Amino acid sequence: MKEYNINHLRELEAESIFVIREVAAQFENPVMLFSGGKDSIIMFHLARKAFAPAKVPFPMMHIDTGHNFKETIEFRDMLMEKTGTRIIIRYVQDSINQGKVVEETGYNASRNKLQTVTLLDGLEDLKIDCAMGGGRRDEEKARAKERFFSHRDEFGQWDPKNQRPELWNLFNGKKNMGEHFRVFPISNWTEMDVWQYIYLENIEIPNLYFSHEREVFQRDGTLLAKSDCIPMRADEKIEKRIVRFRTIGDATCTGAIESKANTLEDIIDEVAATRTTERGTRSDDKRSEAAMEDRKKEGYF
Amino acid sequence: MSEKASGYLDMELLRFTTAGSVDDGKSTLIGRLLYDSKAIFEDQMEAIEISSKKRGDEEVDLALLTDGLRAEREQGITIDVAYRYFATPKRKFIIADTPGHIQYTRNMVTGASTANAALILVDARNGVIEQTLRHSYIANLLQIPHIIVCINKMDLVDYSQETYDKIKADYQKMVVDKLNIKDVRFIPISAKLGDNVVDASTNMDWYSGSPLLDLLENIKIVDDRNHGDARLPVQYVIRPQSDKYHDYRGYAGRVASGVFRPGDKVKVLPSGIETSIKSIDSFDGEQEVAFTPQSVTVSLSDDIDLSRGDMIVDANNVPNVGREFKAMLCWMNERAMMPRGKYTIKHTTNETRCMIGDIHFKVNIDTLNEDTDDKLVGLNDIACVSFKAAKPLFFDSYKKNRLTGSFILIDEGTNETVAAGMIL
Ligand SMILES: Nc1nc2c(ncn2[C@@H]2O[C@H](COP(=O)(O)OP(=O)(O)OP(=O)(O)O)[C@@H](O)[C@H]2O)c(=O)[nH]1
Ligand SMILES: [Mg+2]
Repeated sequence: MKEYNINHLRELEAESIFVIREVAAQFENPVMLFSGGKDSIIMFHLARKAFAPAKVPFPMMHIDTGHNFKETIEFRDMLMEKTGTRIIIRYVQDSINQGKVVEETGYNASRNKLQTVTLLDGLEDLKIDCAMGGGRRDEEKARAKERFFSHRDEFGQWDPKNQRPELWNLFNGKKNMGEHFRVFPISNWTEMDVWQYIYLENIEIPNLYFSHEREVFQRDGTLLAKSDCIPMRADEKIEKRIVRFRTIGDATCTGAIESKANTLEDIIDEVAATRTTERGTRSDDKRSEAAMEDRKKEGYF
Repeated sequence: MSEKASGYLDMELLRFTTAGSVDDGKSTLIGRLLYDSKAIFEDQMEAIEISSKKRGDEEVDLALLTDGLRAEREQGITIDVAYRYFATPKRKFIIADTPGHIQYTRNMVTGASTANAALILVDARNGVIEQTLRHSYIANLLQIPHIIVCINKMDLVDYSQETYDKIKADYQKMVVDKLNIKDVRFIPISAKLGDNVVDASTNMDWYSGSPLLDLLENIKIVDDRNHGDARLPVQYVIRPQSDKYHDYRGYAGRVASGVFRPGDKVKVLPSGIETSIKSIDSFDGEQEVAFTPQSVTVSLSDDIDLSRGDMIVDANNVPNVGREFKAMLCWMNERAMMPRGKYTIKHTTNETRCMIGDIHFKVNIDTLNEDTDDKLVGLNDIACVSFKAAKPLFFDSYKKNRLTGSFILIDEGTNETVAAGMIL
């Protein structure tokens, strides 16, 4: 029977493709959230696989905080152009200008929380009934609890204590007017799976993930990149280091790690040896013990 | 890439679930398994050390590794399934840690429905209790192929062989013999202290079997899959709007069971028309074979119009086609089942309405006997029920085929998933 056996990456791939096709079949107006990070890149890759030789039948959507690394945006535009994919971009800056949210102030100000409002407004304006996200259950303890098909009420909120049962591969995407779903096709992938898959499939990723020299400074044990959107304290000193990023979020909250890994093979070795989670480099999760759960309840990705 | 890392590229996936009564130590066991197999990261460990201290615990509570919701941490119980991942050089594991509390049985069913193996925990001080029976019954109903009964908290009964033997005999008599379960193993452990979890215990020389992780690494799972009956439920029709693929029509779906090859004679349901597989297509080109659990796209030799919910099957081995069937139901909603009620049924990629028919019996969880008098099917009840669907479904018995034999019921008023069904 060995010949009818597939390895873990192919099994995860098959599961994700099934979920993505299920979204296309069950919803009228779905989008796939695309941030330019590795998780959304593989999710997009899986979507292309799911519908080949046809095009992906739904658009991508990016909630742009304006605090991105420029490499991420360049990569996003290049990939969408190359694959002929439509992407909807909504700007947190617009929500600020419209007075819907108020920008945080201070040294640790972040637009992370604000993007929830921009996202929910975008979904409502465009009558989007399902947003796929690249969240993985291994990332964080509240995410470890979420279903593939995660129901949101008319306020976009998640009720973790009252989730619908989800059995076998039977996904219930039924909802009332005004409600929507968040669907997480790569729920069961780990960071290691993602890197192995990128290697196996030879998927292009932004060069931020590879080792490079960058101007950085230390804050609360995290190495932050020098950036126009992060005000610096007087005692913080810029220095040049050889770094790479394990995750790519906003420049304001994504820490770099010192690393010489500049090939996918090196990165896989590094991930295999690491003793901290990738979220450990994200200061947005360190704000409180249930930071992620609280943000998710409000409608965060 | 180092040899170690490249070895991880090609591994087999095993999904397992925990089950058993509240506080029997399921989450602690998963925490221990992750901790002792070095799958816990430093920042995760630090975070649970801080939480344990905050709560005033003397020791680190490993259950906090999976009990990730605020309410769970406050109450010290599991409410919903947590998924955890780890890998050893032999295998990659997906763990579903489920709640033991009866109120959250539906979440246990969620975690168990896709599992290859179930760990059923029993507190050595309490032995086999109602919730052990309920979860064992459900695990068996879901046809989880491998059951490992972990008799836990052995540290609290002086690692007594006598206690272990008694619980094992009870379980054998009350569950295994009664339900005719095939692959059951027993193992004495202490989740809290780590005995027989990853490392063999030094406190129980009388136990000669292997520790838990060893078992998990070596259970054979390939043969559990159904490679016999070729079934492909059509999930989505692919019609590229481009000149190059002008007349192309691909039927996308996940192979539910069996094997397909180009040239194979197939029948399409519900029309019953026979044709053959022309090609199996993927992003990377044509494929020579498609088998469960792959997601594929096939094209057919004849120009037939199929849509979502139809099924492509082996021409010489077709499933049942019909509107009436009998099934075991797990009811999962506070609102009881309505006799003669109408619900939406989701079965494979098909969806239609159905009506509840005769209620043949309910399972009495205390005795695991069939009760033919009680007709009220409410939250957490398990019952045998007849159905009539609004249009024909293509199904096998759940025993033969987990994917073409399972369905869910949806309440048309609330949109909630109210029951899980397994066709007899
Ligand atoms: N002495 C001892 N205590 C244990 C052992 N395993 C678990 N416990 C304790 O039993 C209590 C309950 O453990 P949990 O792991 O939360 O139980 P659970 O089965 O996950 O409970 P639910 O998920 O709520 O159903 C905790 O206080 C654990 O520390 C063991 O092997 N020995
Ligand atoms: Mg628990």
